[in-house]
Amino acid sequence: MKQTLWTLATLLSHWRRHPANLATLLVGLAIATALWSGVQALNDHARKSYASAAAAVSGADARALVSARGGLFAQDLYIKLRLASWKVSPVLEGTVRVGDKALRVIGVEPVTLPRGARLAGLREGEGIADFLKAPGLGFAAPETLAEIGEGAKTERGLSLPPPRALGAAPAGTLIVDIGVAQTLLDRPERLSRLMLEAKGAAPLREVVGDALRLVEPDEDSDLERLTGSFHLNLTAFGLLSFLVGLFIVHASFGLAFEQRLPTIRTLRAVGVSSRALIAAMACELLALALLAGGAGVALGYMIAWALLPNVASSLDSLYGARLPERLTLDAGWALSGLAMALLGASSAAAGGLIRTFRLPVLSAARPQAWREAHRRYLRRQALVAGLAFAVAVGALLWGGGLVGGFALIAGGLLGAALGLPVALAGALALAERAAKGPMTRWFWADSRQQLPGLSLALMALLLALATNIGVGAMVEGFRVTFTRWLDDRLIAEVYFEASDDDAGRSIEAWLAKRPEVGAILPVFRTKTQIAHWPVEVGSLKAHETYSEHFPLLEHGEDAFARLARGDAVLVSEQLARRLKLKVGEALDMPTEGENWSARIVGIYPDYGNPNGQLRVDIDAFTRHWPQAPRTNFSLRVAPANVAGLIRDLRAEMGPRLVRVVDQAFVKDLSLKIFERTFAVTAALNTLTLIVSAIALLASLLTLGNLRVAQLAPVWAMGVTRQRLAGLELSRVVLFAAATALFALPLGLFMAWCLVAVVNVEAFGWRLPFRLFPGQWAQVFVIALLTAFLAALAPTLRLARAAPADLLKVFANES
Amino acid sequence: MTQIATTTSSRERARKPLLRVVGVKKNYATPQGALEILKGVDFSLEAGASLALMGESGSGKSTLLHLVGALDQADGGDIFLDGVSLATLGEGGRAALRRETLGIVFQQFNLIPSLTVADNLAFQARIAGRFDPEWQRELTRRLGLAELVARYPEQLSGGQQQRVAVGRALASRPRLLLADEPTGNLDEATGDAVLTLALELVAATGCAFLMATHSARLAARLERRALLSAGGLALS
Repeated sequence: MKQTLWTLATLLSHWRRHPANLATLLVGLAIATALWSGVQALNDHARKSYASAAAAVSGADARALVSARGGLFAQDLYIKLRLASWKVSPVLEGTVRVGDKALRVIGVEPVTLPRGARLAGLREGEGIADFLKAPGLGFAAPETLAEIGEGAKTERGLSLPPPRALGAAPAGTLIVDIGVAQTLLDRPERLSRLMLEAKGAAPLREVVGDALRLVEPDEDSDLERLTGSFHLNLTAFGLLSFLVGLFIVHASFGLAFEQRLPTIRTLRAVGVSSRALIAAMACELLALALLAGGAGVALGYMIAWALLPNVASSLDSLYGARLPERLTLDAGWALSGLAMALLGASSAAAGGLIRTFRLPVLSAARPQAWREAHRRYLRRQALVAGLAFAVAVGALLWGGGLVGGFALIAGGLLGAALGLPVALAGALALAERAAKGPMTRWFWADSRQQLPGLSLALMALLLALATNIGVGAMVEGFRVTFTRWLDDRLIAEVYFEASDDDAGRSIEAWLAKRPEVGAILPVFRTKTQIAHWPVEVGSLKAHETYSEHFPLLEHGEDAFARLARGDAVLVSEQLARRLKLKVGEALDMPTEGENWSARIVGIYPDYGNPNGQLRVDIDAFTRHWPQAPRTNFSLRVAPANVAGLIRDLRAEMGPRLVRVVDQAFVKDLSLKIFERTFAVTAALNTLTLIVSAIALLASLLTLGNLRVAQLAPVWAMGVTRQRLAGLELSRVVLFAAATALFALPLGLFMAWCLVAVVNVEAFGWRLPFRLFPGQWAQVFVIALLTAFLAALAPTLRLARAAPADLLKVFANES
Repeated sequence: MTQIATTTSSRERARKPLLRVVGVKKNYATPQGALEILKGVDFSLEAGASLALMGESGSGKSTLLHLVGALDQADGGDIFLDGVSLATLGEGGRAALRRETLGIVFQQFNLIPSLTVADNLAFQARIAGRFDPEWQRELTRRLGLAELVARYPEQLSGGQQQRVAVGRALASRPRLLLADEPTGNLDEATGDAVLTLALELVAATGCAFLMATHSARLAARLERRALLSAGGLALS
């Protein structure tokens, strides 16, 4: 024990004398932990919110009955079940808009709420009488009440019931009596689900046929399923940033090991056993990991806090998921962050620990032994790189799903990163052989000597640059594709929503008389479920607006003509991929009546939509979904008349018109959602690049002292310090340029994986693979600038080094 | 000068060899095949005695010293230190031996750069559980390091560093002091001074002293000399 403690004290004394080395290690580990735990904080916060939202009324372990066809069902089914002694309680959920905010409305019947339900206390609570009788009460979380304010009205002009604070209510949700909900949501005698407390004697099928199905409590909520890919992508990015940050840690531990090698040799020589030495190093590792991990967790909270608004906005826009604005986390999150810090530090220091354990006491003293060891290390690294590539190829050929996609990217990135030093070593050896003059030969030979110390930083730079190129290409490609797609989809100049079916008919009739209106195109929508997947059904009126502009990825002959006949359907790309549908096949769809089978005549892109989507002819739509609202329309209007028409429409229709927008507004909103969605990615991308720059700076700073000993003999032979400093700078910039050249094909590989595999598996749609040479030039310049800035301080230090410092190298020689 | 009390058991120990090297062989692997450095070396050293190992560069002096110091393992033969066969010891046993029985002075000083002079001096004694503040003060004074205790190795001259190395090796009162070319990196005058101090302290502690050197002049200051040549050892 004494041995270990004194050895630990000696090891720690190294950091006291090399605070810069300690700082880079702690900063590297803290940043790596921060990026990982920040992303996890966002994911945990979101998942807790979904779970809370899903269990808002019933509690986490309640069973429910839902429509077998998806969507809403008739209230009659509830009555039938109650009469058959089934203990069920009705729930209606939907969304209304209050101002510019979406508000989730949940209607319940407190009298029949199951005993274990979260809101069962409403029955006995204060205000229950007011809740049940008109105008009712609306329970919401205090922050939600603050958002909607007093006297709020929906877009249909309906007043919300008087509000009452309820801490248990999830964010962005208003809990009202079921009758009030049916009015607010304009869904008379319709229900979303029935909470099940106890089954009756008669089986479900006997009472309601196949109209309803039972949902067990461990089924993922819709939100969890829909947002799964979004969160997985965030996690993947967080993991990549963590790994890049670990390179700093690895470099710092590695350099500390090299610097402490003489000390380790001395410790062994004076009788410290390797076991005691390892124990001391392990304690040191634990202390450093906890210190840096603690800072990282705190920093991670700040990163999550900064990114939360964008993430929340993206989730709201894409999936309708509302997150509380205040980040709430528990001890488990902090502990998992510390555990990651410890895991990361252990893996980064493992190499050094193993080498220390295996180190024969005397081998450390022989430089030739180390050179041999480094050659063996490069050969092993090349082998591992080959294995990583093999894993990537295996994932490409036999892998599947999102995990297979990430395995492909991980294998490729790891193989390339490990192969980089091997390739650079080979290139430097060739350059040295081809060099003519003595200084040139020395330059290449010295570069070979410096490569091991810089390898990790260059690998981190490679990953960061490749990620920038890959993710940048994907995002830019998406932007170009999305913009063009919006231009094709948003051909109509005006879009409006009526307050109800009657208002819709009135507005349609009024518009039909307006000479500037070229066409009135109903865009009716409803929801259903196919293979348990939520699907939107939309109508298409036979019109050149669609036949000439609506984009199709694949189609049969005369697709729109067949669609107009009323027995065909267009499906979205993500629905086609998910259900493995092809043009020409029949698709069986649940409707409000009997199932309807229609021929698939086309597949269209539907970027950004997490749900599946179908388009059918307007007549087929009204025939099969007679209850669906008839409130949404688009109009063809000459651009010059748009503003005037919108003004007149608002003036004429008043509250019968819920919303009217022009094409430019919709495009602008869509692009804003797009930008917000990728703002988080861009932020993480930039942070990863900064981390790799720190890795390079850390390596150069800690190598600085070793470099003096390596350069002093050259200086002594007549090369000026300034020339040496200039050569140092050009060497680092050259390494960075070579790394950037490697990063280009790696980045394109990553872009292809993201576009062709990950995106398709995660979201169901595929982007065209586009190249952006301008971006490559940008990344190349960033690499050179990063290297230049990282090398500037150490280079200036060398250029200004006093001759006495250089002479110290020779001081102990007799 | 601190005197070491001599007991009957110490006198008995003093008659029996402290160190016995029996038929020791050592090879090194080279691309051209195994190179035999030591081809069967035999000698012994009594407690309190001193022996200089001489030979040209590459004769195996350091190799033999490393084997005696349990820093390396022989390919043949055995070494007995205080009756214990080194060949029977595992890594933990060899470390314990170095910690508690030996003191080693290297040519390159090998101080711990992040510890002060005082901490360097005390280090081995502390891990052996034999730290004696009085003995440390005595060593510091005798080695002329009193003004330098708060400094770091890089702030000392070569001679000063070697004196710290000698002090560290003797602070735990080893039974055998090994010195591998201890004056190799010092000028003649400094080297002489360091060796004088070392010999005085060795006499004061009563430990045996085995020194590798290529200098006949320095070797003459020890009781006996042995010459390593062609892998064998000849005592004079």
